[in-house]
Amino acid sequence: MPLDSTLQGKRDFKVVGTRPLRPDGIDKVTGRAKFGADATAPGMLVGRILRSPHAHARIKKIDTSKAEKLPGVKAIVTREDLPDHTDGDALLYDVLYNIMAREKALYEGHAVAAVAAVDTRTAREALKLIKVDYEVLPHVTDVDEAMKPGAPILHSTIFTDGLEPKPKKPSNVVRRYEFGHGDVEAGFKKADIIVERTFKTEATHQGYIEPHACLANVGPDGQGELWVCTQGHFMVRDTCARLLGMDISKLRVTASEIGGGFGGKTTVFIEPVALALSRKANRPVKVVMSREEVFKASGPTASTSIDVKIGVTKDGRITAADATLRYQGGAFAGSPVEFGAMSAFACYDLENARTIGYDVVTNRPKQAAYRAPGAPMAAFAVESVIEELARKVGMEPIDFRMKNAAREGTRSSYGPTYGPIGLLATLEKAKQHPHFKAPLSPNQGRGMACGFWFNFGGQTCVSLNVNSDGTVALSVGTPDIGGSRASMCLMAAEELGIPYDKVRAIVADTSALGYNDVTDGSRTTFATGMATILAARDAIKKLTARAAQIWGISAEAVTWEKGYAKPAGSNAGNFPPMSIAEIAAQAGATGGPIAGHHEYSADGAGVSFATHICDAEVDPETGATKIVRYTVLQDAGKAVHPSYVEGQFQGGAVQGIGWALNEEYIYGKDGRLQNAGFLDYRIPVCSDLPMIDTVILEIPNPGHPYGVRGVGETSIVPPLAAIANAVSAAAGVRLTSLPMSPPRILAALDRKAAAE
Amino acid sequence: MKEATGLLAREKGRAFVLAGGTDLLVRLRTGFIEPDLIVDIKRITATRSIDVRSNGFRIGAAVTGAELNEHAKLTKAWPGVVEAANLIGSKQVQGRCTMTGNLCNASPAADSVPALMAAAAKVVIVGPKGKRTIPVEQVPVAPGKTSLKKGEIIESILLPKRPPRSGDAYLRFIPRTEMDIAVVGAAVSVTLDAKGMCTDARVALGAVAPTVVLVPEAAKALIGTKMDKAALDALAAACSAACRPIDDKRGTSEFRIKVAGVLARRAAQIARKRAGGK
Ligand SMILES: Cc1cc2nc3c(=O)[nH]c(=O)nc-3n(C[C@H](O)[C@H](O)[C@H](O)COP(=O)(O)OP(=O)(O)OC[C@H]3O[C@@H](n4cnc5c(N)ncnc54)[C@H](O)[C@@H]3O)c2cc1C
Repeated sequence: MPLDSTLQGKRDFKVVGTRPLRPDGIDKVTGRAKFGADATAPGMLVGRILRSPHAHARIKKIDTSKAEKLPGVKAIVTREDLPDHTDGDALLYDVLYNIMAREKALYEGHAVAAVAAVDTRTAREALKLIKVDYEVLPHVTDVDEAMKPGAPILHSTIFTDGLEPKPKKPSNVVRRYEFGHGDVEAGFKKADIIVERTFKTEATHQGYIEPHACLANVGPDGQGELWVCTQGHFMVRDTCARLLGMDISKLRVTASEIGGGFGGKTTVFIEPVALALSRKANRPVKVVMSREEVFKASGPTASTSIDVKIGVTKDGRITAADATLRYQGGAFAGSPVEFGAMSAFACYDLENARTIGYDVVTNRPKQAAYRAPGAPMAAFAVESVIEELARKVGMEPIDFRMKNAAREGTRSSYGPTYGPIGLLATLEKAKQHPHFKAPLSPNQGRGMACGFWFNFGGQTCVSLNVNSDGTVALSVGTPDIGGSRASMCLMAAEELGIPYDKVRAIVADTSALGYNDVTDGSRTTFATGMATILAARDAIKKLTARAAQIWGISAEAVTWEKGYAKPAGSNAGNFPPMSIAEIAAQAGATGGPIAGHHEYSADGAGVSFATHICDAEVDPETGATKIVRYTVLQDAGKAVHPSYVEGQFQGGAVQGIGWALNEEYIYGKDGRLQNAGFLDYRIPVCSDLPMIDTVILEIPNPGHPYGVRGVGETSIVPPLAAIANAVSAAAGVRLTSLPMSPPRILAALDRKAAAE
Repeated sequence: MKEATGLLAREKGRAFVLAGGTDLLVRLRTGFIEPDLIVDIKRITATRSIDVRSNGFRIGAAVTGAELNEHAKLTKAWPGVVEAANLIGSKQVQGRCTMTGNLCNASPAADSVPALMAAAAKVVIVGPKGKRTIPVEQVPVAPGKTSLKKGEIIESILLPKRPPRSGDAYLRFIPRTEMDIAVVGAAVSVTLDAKGMCTDARVALGAVAPTVVLVPEAAKALIGTKMDKAALDALAAACSAACRPIDDKRGTSEFRIKVAGVLARRAAQIARKRAGGK
């Protein structure tokens, strides 16, 4: 099968672009769907994890002897039970260190030991009996503090990469990144107006409703099974097998239904611990995180500190743009500052651009991906300055953006030159949108912002089996976190020319398919979708060959049309069209089961852009903020299932509203998290939100047969900035710190009043 | 009721009364408390009804927020008390939660408590030594602590009869629109004379001190005035001055002091309007 992913002009879609019910919908609303914590096994034990109460401490000794004697305790594991099999792989060693502390506990909530017991009460009791001898060390949780000379050092092994010469002293700065082109100093000399500002954002959590949960079952023969709520069960399998020193073939992982991930379930936390407990106890072990554990010991996003400097000419053309971004990503290397630095100026056509990024470690949980990792914070800083510059130049911010917008052929600030992109189209649509000209009431302000995300392809493997009645069973290896099974069924149905409800898609376990990358990078509808299309074409080839065999003509003389095999022309023979069901019914006699496959590393994920418009109302006496209107305009390439595309647009905006207004990790002086629960970690509730209006633009991605671009992440890039611009306009004072909580807004209003 | 107090009094370990359970069960599940005895009072008849009496209302201790809301006479006489109780939680929580539980949980941020204090509500307590009646403000003594003695149960809350031209209101500040804990709460109850002069007032604040506090100075700022701008300014200043807040994850002390004045002013304006003031 040739890898024909070329776009087929303006194609007339039959089922792609419709809005059927999702195949997993009824199960989810009736409670039949099985999530991570819903699995049970005979003889199952309860696993619980003991966590460090200290932000930074040397673990001198762990005494489990008392706990081991407690009746009902079946296994206890500590660092001793998870020896280092990482073989010099530094990133994997960090994962090992994160799932079970080694010489030091590096953040409050860091796992120190784990217990498997016959019930919850016994497990809890056993945790209390484990005696850990800590030597408490000074800690640091703020990114700027962690970079200062004299800050408490987390790892004696980190010597900042990317500096010349390489430093001789260890520091909390893992690496320095630099991107850009041109000469920013020369660019600033040409500028008539320069705005330079510093911004801060607090760490936020993805806030998925389902806590991490898994059921591990390892037998005495060393073969294991794991049921787990994850965005990538192949990643879980490979990581766990390596951490536990198992052959990958000995571990079979099944992904449960998933109650949200947003990037936070793209790594392992409890899974290797549950497997280690099960292996030691020789019994199935279920581990379910509490909400407090989710906040303290999963992977929130980075907190940041960012400087942005942009210069423009009097007529509104940007001459230079410069930014320095400092992101702390918790106790280990890998904050998303690289993506932040790459994406910061991606929306603009710049002659001179430079971004410098610092990846910093602090005594906080190791960050995990959160929807467009690193980009929302950078966009917040850059788009705030853009808005301010536009006003200074005396231009409408939208016109200023259009004048400087990146377009096809623009060399991006991170390197590549853009193909066909939709940024200008979203800006033009925004300008025509009724929201753009709607009148504002007193104390209201309007803001806008643009955003960019790379999108990703990645390793993918799909199987499509034609059943004996002509229906189709589709097996994919990417967990469905946003309605992707529905989209896969739509694409398979489109290609095969059969109705949507004749295709059933499942997320197969790791034994059924080749390796699939995690559902991340907005890749699934693009990459798994393209593999599904190509697997369907593979199946069609076999279906037409079977028809040819039945008719006794050559395979090349048969075509596929609307679910039927047909002779290609009159000289091929005069046979009535044969349906997929008819061909399938005879499969046994014509060569056996009919299936299509596709496995590849997907390339050509098209970048995606969005423009958001936001109206905010600020109560000048209390600083309370309400988002009164919000519109998302984004390029989807091709919306396979428009309802789920709209859902992604709305979801990104809503998470952005939470991040911008109220969500934050609040640390005490003791380095402990103060608000590890949904009462004081304030994600928006329904009544906080207006209906989020959406506009889907379709500028086809040349890298996908239907033109699909990923849509899941771009939608969270503009909101922080759009909301900050709206709130700043409403309050009459520029807000540069997130979240813009009422005390912060009121303090800013007071400062403004004092200055006037 | 007697049996219930007896059970509580005899228990040697940790004993708790259960009303709606929306505080107690949450604390139990999260492992904050490990009770030896829980006495559910919801089946005791005396706790289940709202009675209209010549001297006011008697509200049983197990009456839920939703039931308060459905009582037309109570809602008409004490709209501020009912709106405060109805702010607790969500629809689901409203079906269980009680004002008595809110009061006995003794949180400084309890929503119904400032309104009850402004209303001059009293509670009837039944214990091993019999019955006693005390003002609401004497129940909470510190965060999470009440003045109730071992074996004592609050049987009911008493709200006084309303003179004509009276009104009350409660406002709270939360960063979200629901499912949140008050950063500041302010309740005002007023009575006006025929000319619109304020003859009686009570003002209470939540979440600005270790317990909900009554602010007599703020009430004084209103009494004898037509609740004009000067009086409302004085009220706001008195409220801000009465705050002894802390800086915490829910708000800075500076913020609470300022917003206490703002909310008291707004609540007073609503109360005045409800009392028929123009
Ligand atoms: C999701 C959620 C949201 C919430 N939102 C709010 C909110 O917005 N505002 C707010 O103020 N609160 C809120 N709460 C807290 C709680 O709902 C209220 O405090 C509620 O009024 C408690 O009433 P209850 O009947 O459920 O109390 P319970 O949990 O039954 O009891 C609370 C305490 O009072 C004691 N007690 C109860 N009845 C008596 C009695 N008759 N005599 C002596 N002691 C007694 C109990 O032993 C216990 O210590 C919320 C709780 C939840 C779970």
